[in-house]
Amino acid sequence: MPSLNDYLLVSGLLFAIGLAGVVLRRNIIVVFMCLELMLSAANLSLVAFSRFNPINGLPDYHGQMLVFFVITVAAAEVAVGLAIIVALYRARQTVHTDDLTSLKG
Amino acid sequence: MPSYLFWLFSALMLGGAIAVIAFRNPVASAMSVVASFLGLAALFVGLSAFFVGIIQILVYTGAIMVLFVFIIMLLDLQDEEHRARSYLPIAAGLSLVIAFTIQLLGVLSSRPDQEAPALDAPALASAARNFPHSPSISAALTDGRLPDVHLIGQMLFTGYNLPLQILGSLLLVATVGVVVLSKKSAETE
Repeated sequence: MPSLNDYLLVSGLLFAIGLAGVVLRRNIIVVFMCLELMLSAANLSLVAFSRFNPINGLPDYHGQMLVFFVITVAAAEVAVGLAIIVALYRARQTVHTDDLTSLKG
Repeated sequence: MPSYLFWLFSALMLGGAIAVIAFRNPVASAMSVVASFLGLAALFVGLSAFFVGIIQILVYTGAIMVLFVFIIMLLDLQDEEHRARSYLPIAAGLSLVIAFTIQLLGVLSSRPDQEAPALDAPALASAARNFPHSPSISAALTDGRLPDVHLIGQMLFTGYNLPLQILGSLLLVATVGVVVLSKKSAETE
């Protein structure tokens, strides 16, 4: 049986990979996907804590409630974010972050 | 969940995540996210969080990633494959991962490890007496099954009713916002 630290290790690694993707990729859509990976890594540790800290013999469902809310808010965030990306592409014909320098001093 | 299945699905999840940032084609990246989320959903099911595992597949891989692929196809992104790779961001990303992993290993090695508490038939049957007002939940628990969806539904509609309503209005605001965003950019063209 995997222990709690195994789950936390895997979840932390997924978070680190997502963070690295946000830093090193230049395509906004891929950066956005890596943000989703980071959110899911947080969800994995929440579910692991809920399973490993039972209340009255059942998993702690308050943690899974938070996961439910995170997934729903992430869905709303993706819808709005992708609409913004489409608007950006219409205005600038690019989704490459190196080409978006209008705020650069 | 047996150990070998845990490591198999973790490898699928982490390998998919690495493939997301390694592929240069955005469609290949989106497909790797799908693979990664399938592994993650399997880990959720292994943690007896069946409902969360199913909505991970339905909402994330079913709805969100289809939306991503749809937008990628719509925007017709080809130019990144012709760009030269710059090595500074790659070095920055790798050093971030390494620093984070070292810190993670340090924290986890100083933390007492914890085995999964038993979730077998006797443990579930003893939890059944906490639900005297929900006959379907206590019947399933006495049978030795975990009524995951019933328990989540009961908690969602009793303890978390106000957040649920707020979430509904958030989704409405997001829908209206997306419509307004796409409409405005169509007018300026």
